[in-house]
Amino acid sequence: MKRQAIQVLFTSLLAILGTSADEALAAKTLVFCSEGSPEGFNPQFFSTGTTNDASSVPIYNRLVEFASGTTNVVPALAESWQESADGLSYTFKLRKGVKFHSNVKFTPTRDFNADDVLFSYYRMADPGHPFHKVTPGQTFAYFEDMGMDKIVDKLEKVDDYTVRFKLKHPEAPFIANLGMDFASILSAEYADKMKSTGTPEVIDREPIGTGAFQFASYQKDAIIRYKAFDAYWNGRPKIDNLVYAITPDAAVRYAKLKAGECHVMAFPKPADIALMKTDPAITLLSQEGLNVGYIAFNVEKKPFDDKRVRQALNMAVDKENILKAVYQGAGQAALNPIPPTLWSYNKKIKDYPYDLAKAKDLMAKAGYKDGIEVDLWYLPVTRPYNPDGKRMAELIQADWAKIGVKAKLVTFEWGEYRKRSKGGEQQSMMFGWSGDNGDPDNFFIPLLGCEAVKGGGNVSRWCNKAFEDLVQKAKTATKQAERAKYYEKAQEIVKEEAPWVPIAHSVRFTPVRKEVIGFKMDPTAHHYFSKVDLSK
Amino acid sequence: MLGFFLRRAGLVVPTFLGITLLVFSLIHLIPGNAVEALSGERGMDPARYARLMNEFGLDQPLYQQYLQYLWKIMQGDLGRSIITHEPVLGEFLSLFPATLELSCCAMLLALILGLPAGVLAALKRNTLLDYSVMGVSLTGYSMPIFWWALLLILLFSVTLGWTPVSGRIDILFDLPPITGLMLIDSLLSGESGAFKSALSHLILPTIALGTIPLAVIARMTRSAMLEVLREDYVRTARAKGLSRLRVIGIHALRNALIPVITVIGLQVGTLLAGAILTETIFSWPGVGKWLVEAIHRRDYPVVQGGILLTASIVILVNLGVDILYGIINPRIRRSS
Repeated sequence: MKRQAIQVLFTSLLAILGTSADEALAAKTLVFCSEGSPEGFNPQFFSTGTTNDASSVPIYNRLVEFASGTTNVVPALAESWQESADGLSYTFKLRKGVKFHSNVKFTPTRDFNADDVLFSYYRMADPGHPFHKVTPGQTFAYFEDMGMDKIVDKLEKVDDYTVRFKLKHPEAPFIANLGMDFASILSAEYADKMKSTGTPEVIDREPIGTGAFQFASYQKDAIIRYKAFDAYWNGRPKIDNLVYAITPDAAVRYAKLKAGECHVMAFPKPADIALMKTDPAITLLSQEGLNVGYIAFNVEKKPFDDKRVRQALNMAVDKENILKAVYQGAGQAALNPIPPTLWSYNKKIKDYPYDLAKAKDLMAKAGYKDGIEVDLWYLPVTRPYNPDGKRMAELIQADWAKIGVKAKLVTFEWGEYRKRSKGGEQQSMMFGWSGDNGDPDNFFIPLLGCEAVKGGGNVSRWCNKAFEDLVQKAKTATKQAERAKYYEKAQEIVKEEAPWVPIAHSVRFTPVRKEVIGFKMDPTAHHYFSKVDLSK
Repeated sequence: MLGFFLRRAGLVVPTFLGITLLVFSLIHLIPGNAVEALSGERGMDPARYARLMNEFGLDQPLYQQYLQYLWKIMQGDLGRSIITHEPVLGEFLSLFPATLELSCCAMLLALILGLPAGVLAALKRNTLLDYSVMGVSLTGYSMPIFWWALLLILLFSVTLGWTPVSGRIDILFDLPPITGLMLIDSLLSGESGAFKSALSHLILPTIALGTIPLAVIARMTRSAMLEVLREDYVRTARAKGLSRLRVIGIHALRNALIPVITVIGLQVGTLLAGAILTETIFSWPGVGKWLVEAIHRRDYPVVQGGILLTASIVILVNLGVDILYGIINPRIRRSS
């Protein structure tokens, strides 16, 4: 009866409605089903991928950027740069003829120049800057987390199209830092104009940048609209309108993609991947993520103070099985702390073989012939580098049991998990990392450096002199080839010392509709549409 | 009548205080530290910690904190979101029309279909029709909204392509919010097709959200009708020669509606709870979705304010129903 009634309702409604509206979709409007509302539109304040996708990526540019689909640094608003021989000063030649966007409140009268670089930088760096605190409560957290104030001594304007950064000490990852979202360049002229009208905070709500798309409108939790910027310095985008349809549920995003209501979708559910592969309307793009999932041994606690135990447990983990059961094929076995997509990845390193006899032998030599009990902490949440912590823990528990190691599975609420691990309470624990600037330094220092034992990011609490020397040298060396050598050597030490069982680098997927042309996945998980076109 | 009204309104005060107490305690009950939860900052230096502690009034005795919290609520100050730094009340008011629109449509659907279905089932008691209505409504009542909504999308949007998957209106229309109610705004905009688009976007969420109230109302109407139909006065009315339709419409239904109205009032709570799921699935920018996101982001001021405001709405609606009840049924008015 109710079903019938619904059907009647439907048929009558449809009679009124006629055909649906999607046929009217303009040919060159690309719709991206994004996963959530951005926190704001000034990328200097925020660090989540959702916010970057909506602000720094479409609207802004940086002095340098990462070449599409890679983590190689390429010129953007800076045409070229030079570093001094001592590595303490970087001089940037700025690009000429770069236009800023306009909106109802502001029309730029000049092109991008050195003043904009200084404004964007000092707004973050100088607590006394008039724009440092204009948006109440917002802080420049990422700038501070990256320690930029400890790296940069000052930024000078040499002339209108030249700026120079003076560093306090040589810092090789500095250039990559400038390509990150928080280093986006804002318009100083816009800021002045808004200040003169008494509404300086408008620059953070109604963004003006130099990027491929101009911000048009935003309705929280529903939709963000952008228009192609005709005067974009790197060539006008091929699409005319870019729309983000904010759709938090992954199943609904997929339904919208299937129904043609969006062209590209963010973050598919692993369970839907198999179906997407067979869908004729969809191309499923994939890329190895810039991440690593691992088990860390706390080397300050028994029995993991003994290298042989750590090596034995490495040999006792059946990674292939984990890849199949946990990552469902969407991952590759990890040998090193960094993923193979990152430069300086040491290809020569051989993983510990899955060899139970040898593992048992090592355990016996370490004095644990009759077996031992250990705690294994597992992730309470799904992370990009690990879709199912509990399942992985159970598999490892079974593996280790084969060589007489009884693992007790332990977990906490995510906040508590991180807090306790910072204090070093764990014996062995599951963890992982997603890189965000494409520099190996971004993995080695925060995960395995001696400083990070204190900070708590180094959850194996492993501080190795030889390793530390190498990664510190790599930090200050200025040639990439030279740095790569240090990192390759450092990876050998990690393999030998075995503070971790590196498990996997997960593969990320982006489903796009067949009519989308030229969409490339990005290792830092941003979604770029400036070079994308639509057929039809 | 005034006395009745005041007595009922008086009952609301302790309920409201109870909710404020609960919401107030939330910040002290969650794991971790209240200053960190309210500011969203971690690893502060002691000076900043002390300053924030003072700013939030957390250095005062608990009862004083509570009184201050009450005082702020009275002034309409529910704090600011940690993430957006916008006032919580302002965010709520801008999103509430979307939830209101959806909830009203769902309730309307439930009434239009639920009441007649219940009456019919009661009249045709123990027939196939009765069993079907009861069976289908039990199924509807037991269906998890999340799953039901996805089924609807898969069938009507993906397979048949009749309705849009999610959102409030086609992205082609960029309408300025006037009332916040999309059906009205789309009419006011004067753009052709806007109203159609808004209406077609409303269909599936309305069905998903209206299903449970619909089932409850149908079942309640049926049992209330059955009870009334057995009453002597119904038999008397029939015996003195009134038409069947008149007996059912005037004498039976009106009396049967009294318990049904109470249930309708209670369903407002169900609707708002269901809106959280429905809005999340259909990307409906309303209060429910806002609350879910706030919980994901540990945006405690929004969670606190959102719960307080939604709870207040449920209380107020039920107060309204109580009063309506008194108007319909004089016995209630006098006896209480």
